[in-house]
Amino acid sequence: MTTQHTPAVRLAGVTKDFGAVQAVRGIDLEIQPGEMVAFLGPNGAGKTTTIDMILGLSRPSTGEVEVLGMQPRQAVCRGLVAAVMQTGGLLKDLSVRETVEYTASLFADTKPVDAVLESAGIAGIADRLVAKCSGGEQQRLRFAMALLSDPALLLLDEPTTGMDVEGRRSFWSAIREDAAQGRSVLFATHYLEEADHYADRIVLISNGRIVADGTGSEIKALATGRVVRATLREADAGILSGLGGVDTVEVRGEQVYVHAKDSDAVARYLLNDTDARDIEIVARGLEDAFLSLTGRETEGALR
Amino acid sequence: MSAIQGIDPTTRRVPPFGGLNRTLLTIELRRMLRNRRTIVFALVFPAVMFLVFGSGTQGAEKVGEGNVSAYVMVSMALYSGALIAAATGAGVAVERALGWSRQLRLTPLQPTVYILVKAFVALVLGAVAIAGVNVVGILKGDPQMPTDTWVWCALLTLACVMTFAALGVFAGYVVPGENVMQFLGPGLALLAFLGGLFIPLSQYSEVVRQIAYWTPMYGVAEVARAPLTHELPWYAVVNAVGWLALFVAGAAWRMSKDTARV
Repeated sequence: MTTQHTPAVRLAGVTKDFGAVQAVRGIDLEIQPGEMVAFLGPNGAGKTTTIDMILGLSRPSTGEVEVLGMQPRQAVCRGLVAAVMQTGGLLKDLSVRETVEYTASLFADTKPVDAVLESAGIAGIADRLVAKCSGGEQQRLRFAMALLSDPALLLLDEPTTGMDVEGRRSFWSAIREDAAQGRSVLFATHYLEEADHYADRIVLISNGRIVADGTGSEIKALATGRVVRATLREADAGILSGLGGVDTVEVRGEQVYVHAKDSDAVARYLLNDTDARDIEIVARGLEDAFLSLTGRETEGALR
Repeated sequence: MSAIQGIDPTTRRVPPFGGLNRTLLTIELRRMLRNRRTIVFALVFPAVMFLVFGSGTQGAEKVGEGNVSAYVMVSMALYSGALIAAATGAGVAVERALGWSRQLRLTPLQPTVYILVKAFVALVLGAVAIAGVNVVGILKGDPQMPTDTWVWCALLTLACVMTFAALGVFAGYVVPGENVMQFLGPGLALLAFLGGLFIPLSQYSEVVRQIAYWTPMYGVAEVARAPLTHELPWYAVVNAVGWLALFVAGAAWRMSKDTARV
């Protein structure tokens, strides 16, 4: 097992069924050491199910999950994977220090409890009962628990839900600083902006599949320009694609969707040279691109 | 890929004993003792009950190798231990509801070790509860029985108490939420009445007594007092073993079903 070539996470053909429901329909993904990756998608896209499999909390129905070249549970037992959950996961009748001591005692090696309390900014409230801590303090405590074992991979499931803007910013700067030291971070979010700001790479997931995988600017490029929609029999996708500034052409029966930077040229062509009717030109925002990618299954739009 | 330099997976170790350690046990015991409601209901209340029912003139009447006061003391110790063991068992479901069990699954702690720790905590606290009532008994000076009988009764009581730790786990899963004890407490009091812990079964009407023979505290009470009374009907043993098996099976069944995400 050479660390140099072992990905932090490797998913190969992973699917997960819950009875008749297919939560994950086939995901292949590799995350390299030190990478900061956003798992972006609407609720119910399969983000949490996938994260659960990486953490060894559930097993894939088919396919393989490896964390640092090991089975997830093996990696967890060595303190190599940690996660910060959105809510819960704390005992109200323990003090902050007891919670960290309790967690630390379960691992073979951890950083010193005091140092972790200090760096998470909760040394001052170490003797306070968890029940008496604010939401923000509890989140810092969860963060401290996750970093105790100095994990090589950190998973965050919607980590900033309920935080204010300031809290969000300081949270992410702490995470970024951390990732710079070689820790891989995979975080799930449904905020495109958050993914764009803080991740090196965005993996867009919808209906249990990866629909796009690229840098923030690559994902955003999907959102520039406008969409020209028209009703047109026997549309010639070849000619449409050849027009200047056209990114993608999609023909669905008699409906044509042309995603283009120069929508005027497309409209002009459609009106002058074809029988196109019902022409509609819509600006495409970031959220729109996101919705179209995750809502409809335009698979492999970017890959 | 120089970024990995900071963390080398090959140097990482797995903790021995599935994560079992002294800090874990200490904190688990400390939390239970910190719970004021548990302490009052499981430790103080039964001791007071013993003082009310177990002393006085009728306490001196002879029962088996000892007296009525000793008989009441063993009953109350069982009630006390059962309450605290049930509270500990119910904690398993509470921790699940809080997402703590899920948190623990992200550590090297093995699920079987977790259950063993909970059983150990139930055993230790059960012992504390039983010892509490017995110490009150010794201080009061009313209970009379040979020392070896005394020890046997206490040990059997402790074994019987584990039935209620399993009941606590089972009940916690069946009725989720943080306040399982709010109905388990009164429930156990009712079972204690039916099982003859507070009032001897001979004082009940025939109908109630016939029902009582089937209830979970009847069997264990007879078993716990057997060294004193030298009376142990076969159906009491069947009752004790049957309910233990049922509660353990129920708890195991609910826990094995519990694969869903919290």
